[in-house]
Amino acid sequence: MGNGTKLGRVRGLGSAKHGGKHWLDQRLTAVGNLLLTTWLVLSLLWLPNFDYETVAAWLAQPSVAVPMILMLANIFWHVRLGLQVLIEDYVHDEGNKFATLTLLNFYVIGGAAFGIFMVAKHAFTGAPA
Amino acid sequence: MAQNPNRPISPHLQIYRWGPHMAVSIFHRATGFVMATAGMLTLLWWLASIAGGPESYATFQSYVVSGGEEATGMQVAINWFFRLLALGVTYSFFQHMFSGIRHLLMDLGAGYELKTVRTWSIAVYIAALTATALVAMLVAARFMGA
Ligand code: HEM
Repeated sequence: MGNGTKLGRVRGLGSAKHGGKHWLDQRLTAVGNLLLTTWLVLSLLWLPNFDYETVAAWLAQPSVAVPMILMLANIFWHVRLGLQVLIEDYVHDEGNKFATLTLLNFYVIGGAAFGIFMVAKHAFTGAPA
Repeated sequence: MAQNPNRPISPHLQIYRWGPHMAVSIFHRATGFVMATAGMLTLLWWLASIAGGPESYATFQSYVVSGGEEATGMQVAINWFFRLLALGVTYSFFQHMFSGIRHLLMDLGAGYELKTVRTWSIAVYIAALTATALVAMLVAARFMGA
């Protein structure tokens, strides 16, 4: 295999060789999402009610906080990969594409950090009275 | 970088004839986008409101679930906005989940005959709509006292 077409090589625009990993990661996180979101839906429907005491005690357990954290990390990773493809399909101007992909990175890393911090804070400090 | 306007580009939505299979494909994208934005922001808000204690949880509920007996007209409108959003996100979830499973099965090399492609696509809608209706009824019956 070469490094893309001759023209691509001249412009330094051959395949980045990351496509296969991206594709596979999207599938692996899809399987992770399937397991973790099914857990969340069933676990929520299992609750007797949605009162604060019930939900706060539920989320503070390690057996809930840990899969919740895993789910946040897994979904935001899946979203990072998924929306990247969506942006690359629709935003063609190089400058705008770069800016949009940068915003996407801020969003997914910020969102995951925020969510994980909130779950951890709640589980570690217990429900504030 | 300047793009050659004459270079061939891949066909877009308006080129394809609508049918169950192409619709499943674009729905997968749209529902993924809805969950990635509206769904995840609401989930983060909910988690933060639990971490924040009973008052912040009550604030979340007053917007998203119900403003209670003396809710103002504005609050009722906001409640309905979020209820419809929740319904949309729930449907998006099941639609994306079932068509995602279809993706994974096709990635294994199964189901490429034209008839099978069509059957699986239609099955995705039926499964998604059924699951959405089921969850909506469960939630309405158990948590909203309806
Ligand atoms: C429930 C289990 C899930 C499964 C089985 C699943 C499966 C998949 C698969 C296989 C793809 C790749 C599609 C392709 O290559 O064209 C994908 C894309 C995507 N997923 Fe998921 N997913 C799940 C949950 C989620 C969740 C919870 C979110 C967001 C919060 C999400 C957001 C996205 C986005 C934005 C894309 C990109 C869509 C595109 O490029 O057209 N997914 N999903």
